[in-house]
Amino acid sequence: MIRLEKRKEPSQIWRIANPFLAVVLTMIAGGMMFAALGKDPVAAIRLIFFDPLFSEQFGSYSRPQLLIKTAPLILIAVGLAIGFKANIWNIGAEGQYIMGALFGAGVALAFYPIEGWYIFPLMILAGALGGFLWAMIPAILKTRFNTNEILVSLLLVYVAERILAAMALGLMRNPDQPGFPGSRDLRRYESAHNAELIANTGLHWGVVAALIAVIFAYIMMTRHMLGFHVQLAGQAPRAARFGGVSPARLVIICLGLAGALAGLAGMFEVSGPGGQVRIEFATGYGFTAIIVAFLGRLNPIGIVLAGFLLGLTYIGGELSQMMLQLPSASIQVFQGMLLFFLLALDFQTNYRIRLTQGARA
Amino acid sequence: MKKLLTAAVASVALATPALADDPTKIGFIYIGPVGDFGWTAGHDRARQELQDHFGDAVETSIVENVDYGADAERVMTQMALSGTDMIFAASFGYGPDVNSVAGRFPDVAFQHATGYIQEHPNVSLYDARFYEGRAVLGHIGGKMTETNTIGYIASFPIPAVVSGINSAYLHAKAVNPDVEFRIIWTYSWFDPSLEADAAETLIEQGADVIMQHTDSTAAVRVAEDAGVMAFGQASDMVDFGPTAHLSAIVDRWAPYYISRVEAFKEGEWEAQNSWLGLGDGIIEMAPWNDRIPAELQEEADELIAAISSGEYHPFTGPINRQDGTPWLADGEVAEDGALATMDFYVEGITAEFPN
Repeated sequence: MIRLEKRKEPSQIWRIANPFLAVVLTMIAGGMMFAALGKDPVAAIRLIFFDPLFSEQFGSYSRPQLLIKTAPLILIAVGLAIGFKANIWNIGAEGQYIMGALFGAGVALAFYPIEGWYIFPLMILAGALGGFLWAMIPAILKTRFNTNEILVSLLLVYVAERILAAMALGLMRNPDQPGFPGSRDLRRYESAHNAELIANTGLHWGVVAALIAVIFAYIMMTRHMLGFHVQLAGQAPRAARFGGVSPARLVIICLGLAGALAGLAGMFEVSGPGGQVRIEFATGYGFTAIIVAFLGRLNPIGIVLAGFLLGLTYIGGELSQMMLQLPSASIQVFQGMLLFFLLALDFQTNYRIRLTQGARA
Repeated sequence: MKKLLTAAVASVALATPALADDPTKIGFIYIGPVGDFGWTAGHDRARQELQDHFGDAVETSIVENVDYGADAERVMTQMALSGTDMIFAASFGYGPDVNSVAGRFPDVAFQHATGYIQEHPNVSLYDARFYEGRAVLGHIGGKMTETNTIGYIASFPIPAVVSGINSAYLHAKAVNPDVEFRIIWTYSWFDPSLEADAAETLIEQGADVIMQHTDSTAAVRVAEDAGVMAFGQASDMVDFGPTAHLSAIVDRWAPYYISRVEAFKEGEWEAQNSWLGLGDGIIEMAPWNDRIPAELQEEADELIAAISSGEYHPFTGPINRQDGTPWLADGEVAEDGALATMDFYVEGITAEFPN
């Protein structure tokens, strides 16, 4: 008979192996779904995972696009993961992303049309500040009134979306385009344009920032006292308190850091690939980053891999729609499978399946 | 404004006549799913007709649910890289993205629906005069409402939507001086749950006729359940509310699409800026619901005939702006330029303009 047994310690092997196993299982189950839709499963999987990187036709364009799509995911997920480790659940990164974009774009539009080297650095500071301030609302409400940061941060996303709409329609609207919402195109304002650092590589300042954030987070989590406190607070909150870790301080730091990074992601997006403040600017990076954080095991290096994997499914998903006429819903199901299989497999990190002989008395 | 005017005159032929044997590859990018039973369904209907019309001579491909901005730019670039000859971008917000890709692929012909930016000679704009259909809906709604309250679910405050609200209001008001409009903005084209919430709120506020400028069938369904009336959007939505559904503006893009592809295959495609209406058959009204009295059906038919023939323009003065300042003098007809940039309500609408 089959018995489940709780492991004394979570299995390190499965922790690492599960994401890879989840990808394989997703390919199999996804392939079956594509076959059921009457499409060639091998071609579909190839278009999703390989062609964006290696196709002669698309590769030279898709590879840089992968960086562009993945950088904000990584930037946001790295910040979120630090909080998640300490059991601080910031679900509202999308809102912090929007506010970062608005603060950054606000600085740019205030200076328009003056050109100056100092404008872009100011936008970066403003972007980080915007996200930070927006995250301080759930942080302070939690530390002062013990409100639930999951709810507050999530609901603030909808508030941020309304502010975004109001800005696109009012204060930040492009005065040269009557009747239509949306700000000036920042890509056409040289001092504010987050341009590619090397042409046709997709490498913009947001990618650089994501890289720095990953290194910074890795060092902090492994070498720094703060990282130790974060881990301790997550794994043994009582011990942490006895150890002198202030829960309130951790809430402020974790939410503030995640908010600032999400704000930066928004600022780099609005001044580069996004180009302008528009009502539909936010397309869910803040939420997808939550999946990236978990898929990456809340580990900075894991997040980089997970970010690229998810970015790949987006870009490859579009390719497979275009080339094979797969419905977009099937791509979303495919992405969902990935998380589903990972969570299901994680079961064996904590439990082991035992085959025992005969019935137990 | 200046851009719009220069856009109207810009027209340079593309020097790439398609080879006779090669099928013309045509890509479509959609803001919603093809199964929205509304706007995107309308464009995909036209794509299928296009495919049927040309058979093997064309090869169409679609990508649905594409967000504005970087995603749209990437999808269109990949289409161009895969050898697509012609791209139909079927939502207004793709404007900046269409133009940025068009600049890099001068040999690809771009057709941008309800667009307003034309910076390259390979960008064609096309639109339908939805406000003409809205006039008919307003007339019917104004007569059918018993609570004198019409609820309006609006998407984005852009000229096409704003002129639709104004047109519907003016024609409802003309037949029912007591009519009032309640307007809810969703800031989205396709969000069934948000649209259903909006419809419920409007019904709670006393509306017994629901109009929508959003793409899902949610509002029609809510209206059916609540026992009130509704108009569909972009496609005939009668299946989702057999009793509630009075009519709908149905988009018929196919003849236009076929003519543009024909021109491309002949090597005669050039950028244009076309704005077609009821008279051109690009929009038509879904069959009247039987609950509309015969007399009112006749009035509506007459209104359609008058608009189609050009005898009557839905924006004929005197019309004042919401703040009471005059906009059109008695007998004056609105110019296309003014309608294409409309950003105000007309007098009588009590809602606040979103700003």
